[in-house]
Amino acid sequence: MSDAVLRVDQVSKKFRKGQLHDSLRDLIPALIRNALRPRRPGGELGDREFWALRDVTFETQRGEALGIIGRNGAGKSTMLKLLAGIMKPTSGVIHVGGRLSALIELGAGFHPDLTGRENVYLNGSILGMKREDIRRNFDAIVDFSGLAEFIDTPVKRYSSGMFARLGFAVAAHLEPEILVVDEVLSVGDYLFQRKSLDKMRDIARGGASVIFVSHNLPAVTELCSRCVLLEAGRVHAAGPTGEVVRDYINAFSIAAAQASETMPAYVSRFVMRGAAGENVRFSSGETVRFDVEVTARQHVESFAVSIGMADERQYVVFSTSTERLGAPAYTMDPGDRISVTFEMDLHLAPGAYYLGIALHRYNVQKDYGQFAVGTLFIHADVDVRGVVNLVPRLVPAGAPFA
Amino acid sequence: MIADRLRALAAHREILFMITWREVVVKYKQSLMGFLWAILMPLVIVGAGILVRGGFAYLAHQPLRADDIAAVTLKSVPWAFAVASIRFATNSLSSNANLVTRIYVPREIFPLSAIGSQLVDFGMAAVPLIIVLAIAGVGVSVQLLWVPLIVVILVLLVAALGIVLSAGSLFFRDVKYLVEVMLTFAIFVTPVLYDVDTFARWKTWLMLNPIAPLLEGLTAAVIHHRPPDLPWLAYSAGFTLVALLSAFAVFAKLEPRFAESV
Repeated sequence: MSDAVLRVDQVSKKFRKGQLHDSLRDLIPALIRNALRPRRPGGELGDREFWALRDVTFETQRGEALGIIGRNGAGKSTMLKLLAGIMKPTSGVIHVGGRLSALIELGAGFHPDLTGRENVYLNGSILGMKREDIRRNFDAIVDFSGLAEFIDTPVKRYSSGMFARLGFAVAAHLEPEILVVDEVLSVGDYLFQRKSLDKMRDIARGGASVIFVSHNLPAVTELCSRCVLLEAGRVHAAGPTGEVVRDYINAFSIAAAQASETMPAYVSRFVMRGAAGENVRFSSGETVRFDVEVTARQHVESFAVSIGMADERQYVVFSTSTERLGAPAYTMDPGDRISVTFEMDLHLAPGAYYLGIALHRYNVQKDYGQFAVGTLFIHADVDVRGVVNLVPRLVPAGAPFA
Repeated sequence: MIADRLRALAAHREILFMITWREVVVKYKQSLMGFLWAILMPLVIVGAGILVRGGFAYLAHQPLRADDIAAVTLKSVPWAFAVASIRFATNSLSSNANLVTRIYVPREIFPLSAIGSQLVDFGMAAVPLIIVLAIAGVGVSVQLLWVPLIVVILVLLVAALGIVLSAGSLFFRDVKYLVEVMLTFAIFVTPVLYDVDTFARWKTWLMLNPIAPLLEGLTAAVIHHRPPDLPWLAYSAGFTLVALLSAFAVFAKLEPRFAESV
């Protein structure tokens, strides 16, 4: 593909565990030791070294938003620092075909004693803006931050939220061709995060590429069309966000359950679909089907399949089961499979919800097993908070019910 | 290699300017004395110089000459600049650690902006210095044209030292303490409070310190209206050039490891 603006080719990065020698007392013995020992070729590991990234290859197109996801320690932050040019790869090449801005910290270089105005100029130029551009965009930046009345106050008197807003306001006006963004958006309140995501989408629509490094899955699914999943420093999966996110979630749930031989029965397949097909991202109120397939390892009898949803704080917001919906109990012999499909309308507030399936033998109060099967993401056009969407609207006082 | 570094620095000159500006503004915002800080250090040096010169004069049973006081006053300002620049530049990478690990810019910017902010102090201290020298009646001559050249060599020399020491102190904490010790004792081996001619026999040894010919050159041009000792001035210029090239080379070699070492 020739339209790639950023290409990461076979990139590896090696780190050393433990302490580096940082005083001369440690260096001199180390130098002597190194001189006596034969040199090791670059592709091999020394005794205390490890690969933070290994043979990572991906690319991104003009106008595309690419997500990089993975667990803590998977190599996301290292990838980010390599993309930003802060560190150099041990081997491999990163080809950057445009002006790249990396947003690793909001308000980089902000000095507490300087005013908001002075810091806008300082931060802007540190992020690579010309003074002329900052002057031209200054009013827009202040406007975007919503801090016009505090702009001549030293930022040491700002709250952390104000600090982040001003930092993001500058960053949002960078006009980069490639924007690399870290978890910086996790600071600030709901509205700020909303605004930041919208701005990043605008940047991508304007023809720039956005690379979003995050483990905030709701934000990633909302913003990015494609994703790279890093696992232990390697690319574990890459492709359309829905598929990769599903891989990511499944890797920790169904696979784990299948591996556990002691379960008498387990969820062997779980699919979420909207009218348009398989998906993990739905609009609030959308009708969604959940296909659950259960496989038995042993004889199991009189059980119901129950489905539950928890919000991001692990608070259960909804649950039901085949029993409660009036279906008869299931009985299975080893190797048997059954399929159940739940359909429901997701009147949920925007956010991420974790889905769980339990196989429950209700006449003797026994669980055959509980399975974390997936995560779904709800978006809505209306700004509602909490866990449910009660479809609020404003009506004239005293108007009759429609 | 070095040409690439210089090109990268030129491309990022606005950041260099802004970080220098930040250092200057913050310094003057925070302190009540503000501008007085710029001349405090030179004043202390002049005070010490009068004591030392007075002592020499007393031992030699000669009167204390106005020329000698003028020479100490003249040299106090560039010396204060050199000491403060080296000190701030040495710590510049560690004190900007959050920028070093989070933003990519050519990292020479940090020691250079530390020196840049000291250069502003240098400029501010130069104003009262010129007034004092004018009142003292040192006079004007064509030899003053040497002054800009000598100042440029001094700034480049300090920049070379600052660049190397900033990188060194990032990898070895010892460097910072060594620099402190050396800066404290440097005034004994540098002709600030005295002239090299006072120590006729050891003059050559003293002049090997690359700052010495610069300070002596300034005294010659401004106070005595003579050209500087040209071979020694050439020695300083050559030393500066070699130091600057090596500084950029060492820095470029170490820079990829900065973000992992801060």
